[in-house]
Formats: sequence, structure tokens, C-alpha cells
Amino acid sequence: MNSLESSSESQPQSLREWLLSEAPTSRRQARMGSFYQGWLALKSNNLTMIGLGILLFLLFVALFAPVLAPADPFAQNLSNRLQPPGSEGHLLGTDSLGRDILSRLIYGSRITLYIVTLVALIAPVLGLFVGTVAGYLGGWVDSILMRITDIFLAFPRLVLALAFVAALGAGIENAVIAISLTAWPPYARIARAETLTIRRADYISAVQLQGAGPLRIISKHIWPLCISSLIVRVALDMAGIILAAAGLGFLGLGAQPPSPEWGAMISEGRKFLLDFWWVATIPGLAIFMVSLGFNLLGDGLRDVLDPKDSGDA
Amino acid sequence: MASPTTAKEGRQLSPFVSKSAAFTSSVLRTLGSILITMIGLLFITFLIGRVMPIDPVIAVLGERASKSAYDAMFIEMGLDKPLLVQFFYYLWDVAHGDFGISRLTARPVIDDVMRVFPATLELATLGTFIGVFIGVPLGVLAAVKRGTIIDQIIRVIALVGYSMPIFWLGLVGLLVFYGLLDWVGGPGRLGIFYVDLVPTVTGLILVDSALDGQWDVFRDAISHIVLPASLLGYYSLAYISRMTRSLMLEQLSAEYITTARVKGLSEWTVIWRHAFGNIKVPLITVIALSYAGLLEGSVLTEIIFSWPGIGSYITTALLSADMAAVLGGTVVVGLVFVCLNIFSDLLYKVFDPRAK
Repeated sequence: MNSLESSSESQPQSLREWLLSEAPTSRRQARMGSFYQGWLALKSNNLTMIGLGILLFLLFVALFAPVLAPADPFAQNLSNRLQPPGSEGHLLGTDSLGRDILSRLIYGSRITLYIVTLVALIAPVLGLFVGTVAGYLGGWVDSILMRITDIFLAFPRLVLALAFVAALGAGIENAVIAISLTAWPPYARIARAETLTIRRADYISAVQLQGAGPLRIISKHIWPLCISSLIVRVALDMAGIILAAAGLGFLGLGAQPPSPEWGAMISEGRKFLLDFWWVATIPGLAIFMVSLGFNLLGDGLRDVLDPKDSGDA
Repeated sequence: MASPTTAKEGRQLSPFVSKSAAFTSSVLRTLGSILITMIGLLFITFLIGRVMPIDPVIAVLGERASKSAYDAMFIEMGLDKPLLVQFFYYLWDVAHGDFGISRLTARPVIDDVMRVFPATLELATLGTFIGVFIGVPLGVLAAVKRGTIIDQIIRVIALVGYSMPIFWLGLVGLLVFYGLLDWVGGPGRLGIFYVDLVPTVTGLILVDSALDGQWDVFRDAISHIVLPASLLGYYSLAYISRMTRSLMLEQLSAEYITTARVKGLSEWTVIWRHAFGNIKVPLITVIALSYAGLLEGSVLTEIIFSWPGIGSYITTALLSADMAAVLGGTVVVGLVFVCLNIFSDLLYKVFDPRAK
């Protein structure tokens, strides 16, 4: 409908023209247009597209794991252990208990996605909450919250996560909590900085005059404006989250055996490294690919959404 | 960054006094914030220690202690007191350098930490050197050749470094350079024939063996450290080169660079004297942060290479539920981390006139 209204000067209008229109006639058109332009900028960067491709592939593999996996990831077959890649029926070989490595990798993608998604939901929300409250209320609330943030920021992340997991007990959920607890401070800083620039804006005063309380102002009028800078940060953080989760798994503090978590798989294969190299190296390659995917995408997203930071024109 | 209040106070005084007064107050402020951060750090580790599912009394006495012995120890350890009081006991002990006794080594945690820390320091320092000497030129090159294929290649090198699970890279490195090619020494700091040959002076084997003139030990130590240090170096190179690039780009687009070029200065002088000269201070901050990151990032590398540093110490203690050692180690790493952060902050204040 909008396309018909806005096509007064040029008759036959494609979707592309509608999206790129210089004079959008509705809020929806303007918003979709700006998304489309962002997409075009993203698309022009090959590396970013490679990253996006890797992640879509990961999503696909995780969704259809039962269909794609050639074997049961937990089925042991001791007479068929430590088969090299390319042996019959095992494209990537088998591990020390005769389990098919490819199937385990495929099911492991679900665990990786699970951890990343949970951390990406918990840490930014926690940071957003702390940062906006500190920035909006100011004064001693700000001082206390930011001091706490600084203390958490001062801790080395992996060591703190180690200590948390030690206190909570090993396991995926506890690894998620530990990583989230170490990942929120940067989000709080970003959210606070954004809030400080927003809170003196005229529209906030207008809302205040209408009688809105702090809770309503923060949740309805400040949070929406902080989201975009947080998203860039999340995309860039994902790789670090994956590496941290894999590191915890490698140390035996994340997912527990027989779970096919990639870091734990490396740790299992480490014992046979010199004689049976594939058991440890193949899962590492998977971790590397996924984390590279997130880094490539995050780098490209930053170029599009925050051009001044990347230095690229 | 000087706060608005110091600036205001400064303006009322004469220029000379104002400068030093503002500086003193900013140093005092920094010291205050160090203190608060450290107490916070200790509080968090203290809390972690308290929510542990391990009974501290049983950890000391063993599981077969009688009820009366248990109760006596419970009171002696102050566990009947409120949590906050217990925290002050803990602070008091830590302030006196007492982090408790490690169950695993049966020695004071602080002694253990002092013994293992030089190994980590040696590794992280060498790693940072590698990162700086390769990362900085790469970053400058990427900025100068911005948008070209060279820039893209350097970008990929850095992103690969960011994305690599460092413990995996360590395993692959061992497999290739030790297992297949036999170019480097294997895990550990020294080959078995060289252990305990040099007297410990600094704890840094490279320094100790050189001081003692034992060059075969020195050579063996080098062959062991070169692989883990290169891996850490690659990791820090990724960060340093990206930061150098963006700092350089900012300078290269400034007008004074155009002026310098118009004046007819050579491209070399423009880039290295003018542009690079102006990014030195922020670059030092970047390097300090990366150094701090390596001290922490070496946890996994140390485990792969059986490197007897603080990372292996904490992890081994963790896996055997030796909480005093875990918390002591965590606090020490945290304190070093804080100190490096603050050190880089201070450097910034001292060397960058705009920050005063």
C-alpha cells in the first residue's frame, strides 16, 4: 500500500526502489529502508558475508542434528576405537570409545548455541539494567553501581569464571552463569554512557513533566535507545564467550562427559594427541570456525552501525 | 582524565601550584580507587569461598574429626561470627600476607604463589615482546595501506588470532613443532636433565641461567619457552595490531599530517615521526592492557604446556578442591591485573598533557 502512495513520480516501482526512497512516506518505510541500507553495506563486505554464512550453517546443523548426524553421538563401539578420518562409515574418524566424531561435532553445535544464546541474553540484560539505572539516577547510586562494575571489570575473566564454577559446581548451566557474571560489566559501561547522553534530552523532560516515574522512563524511553550499541558489542563478544565456554569445558568445569561439548572433546583427545591427532584437533577446528564467524560478522556490523569506531569510511 | 572538580580547584591557584596540586589530588584519588577496588576484589573472592560446597572445617581437620574437635575448630576459625566480621578477619590476614595454607602442598599459599609467579611473568613478558614487535608495525602498515589487500590480510591475521582457542592452538603447536618436527622442547620449563642446575635468584630461568653463565641451560629454556610465548604473542599481536591501526587512522586523517606532507617531508618521517609519535601514549595503555590480559590468558596455555605458573597452580588447586590456594591465587592475579590497569592510567596522566 505504501509503495503505491509513494510512487507518485515514478510509476512502476520495485521493492528495492521503495526501500531506497529518499522521501519515505511512512515510519515503516523509513525504518525498513534504513535496515535495507545497512544490509547493503553489510553485503558489500565479503568477509562479513563469510561470517554470516558460517553462523547460518551452524544454526542449520544445530536445528537438524538428528537428521544430519550419521550415527548416535553416544554410541560406543570399543572394537572400532580411534579410527582415522575417512575410515569406513566415519568421515572424521572415531574417538577413544569408538564414538563417531562427526556425529558428536554435529550434536555439540547445539550445546555451543545453547551456551552462547543464554549468555547473550543474560549478560547484556544485566548490564543494561545496571548501566541505565546508574546513569539515570546518578549520585551515590551511580557511584556504588559503577564501583561494583569496576571491581568486576578488574578481575581477570577466566580466573573469575573458574572461581565461580568452583563455587557453584561444574556443569553447563553453572558455566553459563559464571561466564555471564564475568561478561556484564562492559555492557553496563556502554549503557551508562548512552544514558548519560540521553537523560538531559528534551523528550525525557517532556515525559517527566507528564508525570512518568523513573522506572517507566528507563524501561520505555531509555532502554530502546541503548539496544543498538549493545547489539554490536554482543556480536563482538560472542567469540570470546564461545572460547571461554570451550576453555571451561576443556578444563572439565563446563559440560560433563559424555556430553559432546567441543572443549571437553579436545580435552578427551589430548591424551592421544601425538598418535591419534584427529581426536583433539577436529573439535578445535569447529570452535575456531564458529568463533571466527562471530568475529567476522561482529567486525562488519560495527563498520555499518558505528563507522567512527572502526576507522573505515 | 581529570575530573571537573580538580580542574576548578586548579584554576583558582597559580598555574604552577595548580598543576602539581591537581596532579597530587588525582594521584590520591587513584590510590583511593585502588584501595576500594582491592577490597571489593577480596570481598568477592571471600564470598566465593563462603558459598563453596566444601566445609572449611572438614577441609582442615579431615572427615573423621570428632564432634568436639569440629566444634572447637569451628569457633577457632571464627565461623560462628557474622559474615561481615569474618570478612574483616580475612582482610586482616590478607593484609599480613596470610592467604592460608594450601592443602595440596601443605605450605603457605603466599609462598607457593611467589614460587610459581615468576614462571607466568617470564612467559607473559616474552609473549608481550613478540606481540609488540610484530603487532605494532603490522598495525601501522595496515593503517597506511588502508583499504588495500595488505590491510585485508592483516585484518584476517588479527581476526584469526582473536578466534583461535588458545589451548587448541597450543596442542596443534606441540603436535607439529614438537611431535613431528622436533624443533622445540616439549612441555615444561626445562628438559629433565637441566632441572635445578641453576641457583634461583629471580625465578626467571632465562635470567638466572644467564647470570650464572650456564648457556646450555639457557638454550634449553629458550627451546621450551619459544612455542608457548609465540602463541601468547600471536594472541596479543591480534589485539595490538588492530588497536594500532585504528589509532594510526585517526592521526593520519588529521590536518597536521597534510601540512607535513605539503611541507615536503618524506613519507617515512610523516608516518613514524609525526603520526606514530602522537599515538605512543595511548599505545602504551593498549600494551599494558594486553600484558595484563596475557597474565590471565596464560591459564590455559600453562596447562597445555605443563608450565608451572600461576594458571596451572590455580587450576590444579581447583580440581583438588584446595580452596585456600584457589582464592589466594585469584586474589594475586586480580591484584596484578588492577595494578597494571592503574599503572597504564597513570602513564596516560603523566605523558599526555591533555589528560592533566
